[in-house]
Amino acid sequence: MSEKFDVIVVGAGPAGTSCAYTAAKNGLKVLLIERGEFPGAKNVMGGILYRKQMEEIIPEFWKEAPLERPVVEQRFWFMDKESMVTTSYKGLEWAQEPYNNFTVLRAKFDKWFADKAVEQGALLINETVVTECIVEDEKVVGVRTDRPDGEIYADVVVLADGVNSLLAKKLGFHKEWKPEEVALTVMEVMKMPKGSINERFNVEDNQGVSVEIFGESTKGALGTAFLYTNKDSINIGVGTTLSGMIKKKMKPHQLLEELKSHPMIKPYLEGAETLEYLAHLIPEGGYNSIPKLVGDGVMVIGDAAQLVNAIHREGSNMAMASGKMAAETILKAKELGEFTERNLDSYRTDLYDSFIGKDLKKYKDAAHTFEEHPVYFEQYVPLMNRAMSTMFTVDGTAKWDKQKKIMNSFTAGRGKLGVAKDLYRAWRVVK
Amino acid sequence: MAKTLEEKQYLVRFNCDTKSHLEVKDHDVCATKCPDKDCTIFCPADVYKWEGDRMFVGYEGCHECGSCRIGCPFDNIKWEYPKGGHGIVFRLA
Ligand SMILES: Cc1cc2nc3c(=O)[nH]c(=O)nc-3n(C[C@H](O)[C@H](O)[C@H](O)COP(=O)(O)OP(=O)(O)OC[C@H]3O[C@@H](n4cnc5c(N)ncnc54)[C@H](O)[C@@H]3O)c2cc1C
Ligand code: SF4
Ligand code: SF4
Repeated sequence: MSEKFDVIVVGAGPAGTSCAYTAAKNGLKVLLIERGEFPGAKNVMGGILYRKQMEEIIPEFWKEAPLERPVVEQRFWFMDKESMVTTSYKGLEWAQEPYNNFTVLRAKFDKWFADKAVEQGALLINETVVTECIVEDEKVVGVRTDRPDGEIYADVVVLADGVNSLLAKKLGFHKEWKPEEVALTVMEVMKMPKGSINERFNVEDNQGVSVEIFGESTKGALGTAFLYTNKDSINIGVGTTLSGMIKKKMKPHQLLEELKSHPMIKPYLEGAETLEYLAHLIPEGGYNSIPKLVGDGVMVIGDAAQLVNAIHREGSNMAMASGKMAAETILKAKELGEFTERNLDSYRTDLYDSFIGKDLKKYKDAAHTFEEHPVYFEQYVPLMNRAMSTMFTVDGTAKWDKQKKIMNSFTAGRGKLGVAKDLYRAWRVVK
Repeated sequence: MAKTLEEKQYLVRFNCDTKSHLEVKDHDVCATKCPDKDCTIFCPADVYKWEGDRMFVGYEGCHECGSCRIGCPFDNIKWEYPKGGHGIVFRLA
C-alpha cells in the first residue's frame, strides 16, 4: 500500500475509533489499524460505558449500539471476611433517556463502533500489528506493520494502542511502566438467566446494577472488585496494582475464585456458569504518569497515555474524549497545512484543560498514598464492619459504652492522633 | 461451580501462532538471581512454569496483558504482540 493517508490511527478501541470517526466524518482520509481479528477481540472492560462522552461522538447512540443494561443503581460494598457495610444510590431518572451509563460487552461494542467509523469513510484493517512508527528527520511520517510491504504513510499518526503503549515507549515518550503504574485485573463473564438477575438485583428487564467492592476482595491490597449486570450474564472481576499483586504474592485467578466464593457474593452467583475468563491491565499511574502526548506528526490518546481515573473507574470515556480532541486538533492543523509538534500541541493543552486533566490532577496523589499506607484497605474496612456489628448487635450493652468501645477499637495501636492523621491524609488526596 | 484455571482457559478462544511471542532472555537469570519467580505467581494464565533449570513458557494461553514484561524484576522477558490476528480472541467482554 503506497498511498498516503491524512491520519493513521493505531488501535480500534474507544480512543482510536473515536478519533477515526471524528476525523473521517470531517472529510479526512483515515486508516484505522487493529491487531485483533476484529475490533474488541483483545479488549477487556468491567463494563461501564458513560453516556456523556459517547453521545458527543454519536448522538443518541443508545438507540442502536449493542448495550446491555442502563445502570440505575450504583452500590458500594465494604467487605470483611463474613460481613459488609454497604451504601448505594438508585434513581429511576437513570432508567430513561438520556440515561447516565450502561453496561456493555466490549467485543460486541467495539466492533459496532468501529463499523460506525467505517460508515463515516475510515478504512479499517484488522489482523495487523503496527511494529513501529516510521521516523524521518525526527518527524513521524507513517507506520511499519507486520504485513509484507507493510509500510504506510500519513501526515499524522495517532497512537491509541492501549495500556501497554509500546509505540510511544519506542519513541521515547515514556519509559516502561512501573508495576505501581498498572493494575492487573481478571474477570469472568458468567451466564445467568434474565429473571434471576432481575430478582437477585431487584431490577426490571432494562435496568442494571453496578457494584464496586472494597476490602477483603483484594486482601487489603490497593484495588477493587466489581460485579455488573448484563442482559443475561454478569461480569465479575478483581484487580490490584501489579506491585500489590507481587508484594502479596497473590495469584489473580485465585483472588477471583475467592471473591466468587465469598459468603457475601456467592448467593448472587448461584447457578451462574462461566462463559469467558479475561485478563487485562488498567493504567492507573494517573496524572504523574501521563507521558509526552504530542510530537512532530504524532499524538498519544486513551490508555496509551494513562488516561484513567481509577478512583471513579473512568477510562473508556477519557479514551473517547481524548480521541475526539486529537481529531479536532488534526483538523485545525490541516488548515494550517503543517503537522508539527507546535501545531498539534493544542491537543495537549485542550486535554489538560478538560475534565480529564482536571480530574486526574485532583486525584494525582491518591493511588500513591493508598499504596504507601495500606492501613485504609487493610484495617479501616474491617474496623468499619466491626463498628456496625457492635452498634447493631443487641446484647444489653448501653449505646454509650458501645460507642466508646468502637472509638477505642479505631484508635487502638494508632492513638487518636494517628487516626486523625490517617483521615486527614485520605481527605487531602480525594478532596 | 468453582472452575480451575485450566478449565477456564478452555473456554477462551486462542488462534495460536506457531512461533512464541514471549521469550525468556536468559534462563540463568531465573535460576540464579530470581528466587521468588514472581512471573510464575502473578501471570493470570499460568503461562510460566519453572522446570528446575529453565522456564517453560506456554505462550499459547497468554492473554497478552503485559504484566510479565512490566513485573519481571530483571527485565528478562522479550515481549511482543503475536502476529496480527493471532493470539487470544475475546468473544464477549
Ligand atoms: C477489567 C477492566 C475493567 C474496566 N472497567 C472499566 C469501566 O467499567 N468503565 C470504563 O470506562 N473503563 C473501564 N476500564 C478501562 C477501559 O477499558 C479503558 O480505559 C479503555 O478501553 C481504553 O480505551 P483505548 O482505546 O485507549 O484502549 P484499548 O481499549 O485497550 O484499545 C487499544 C486497541 O489497540 C489495539 N492495538 C494495540 N497495539 C496495537 C498495535 N501495535 N497494532 C495494532 N493494533 C494495536 C488493541 O488490539 C486494541 O484494540 C476497565 C479496564 C479493565 C481492564
Ligand atoms: S520474574 Fe523474570 S527473572 Fe524471575 S523467573 Fe520470571 S522471567 Fe525469570
Ligand atoms: S502477558 Fe500476561 S498472560 Fe501473557 S504471559 Fe505475560 S503475564 Fe501471562
